[in-house]
Amino acid sequence: MGVPERLTVALRTQDDVVVLRQRVREQAVALCFSLLDQTKIVTAASELGRNAVAYAGGGEAMIEPSLNSGRVGLALTVTDHGPGIPNVEDAMRPGFTTGGGLGLGLSGTRRLVHEFDLRSEVGRGTIVRILRWK
Amino acid sequence: MDRVPIIKVGKYLLATIQTDVQDHVAVALQEDLAARIIAARARLVLLDISALQIVDSFIGRMIADISGIARLLDAEVIVVGMQPAVAITLVELGLTLSGVRTALNVERALAMAGIRDQA
Repeated sequence: MGVPERLTVALRTQDDVVVLRQRVREQAVALCFSLLDQTKIVTAASELGRNAVAYAGGGEAMIEPSLNSGRVGLALTVTDHGPGIPNVEDAMRPGFTTGGGLGLGLSGTRRLVHEFDLRSEVGRGTIVRILRWK
Repeated sequence: MDRVPIIKVGKYLLATIQTDVQDHVAVALQEDLAARIIAARARLVLLDISALQIVDSFIGRMIADISGIARLLDAEVIVVGMQPAVAITLVELGLTLSGVRTALNVERALAMAGIRDQA
């Protein structure tokens, strides 16, 4: 496998979240991420993928390698057109949940990656971009 | 895979999560295990997750819930074989699974539970 290219995964069902995890894993392996780094970025991808499917009626994930001045990383952007997040600050707080979960999804995801950027507009949707350097 | 296989070995139940599981499979496992604990009058459940490459917050909560459900049914769950990278990632995610017993492998789990000479 050569240098991975940008690829997208449609997120509609739980099956798609499984596919997303597999694709992110493959890309992380292709970029020679350590097993621990693979595990962290795949876990983060799983959190974001599930959010899109469970709370926003689906969305799309874009996986892209990031090669920046000698550094190698893997970026993931998850976009949905769901209800949006009214209060992003609340949503980022550990323990905050509107569903049945533990509320660790977003705050935990942020701890697993080096860069985390969340933009959300009520009624329009949410875009989360994460990046983990090797 | 739609169901996690649960087998009865002597006095205990062994549930082995084989691969990457979908959320609904994990939820079904909770119900299946609760039913099997009663049917088999099992006091011990070994939940083997050694094949799991990741445990995210949903699967982590499922593991904690299974442990809690079993306890209410007078049984104990020991989670077996968590991968080191999974453990590190779980803690970083904020999930320590503090109420859940764990063992490095099945042998140690059985020793922990005081079960020997099981055919």
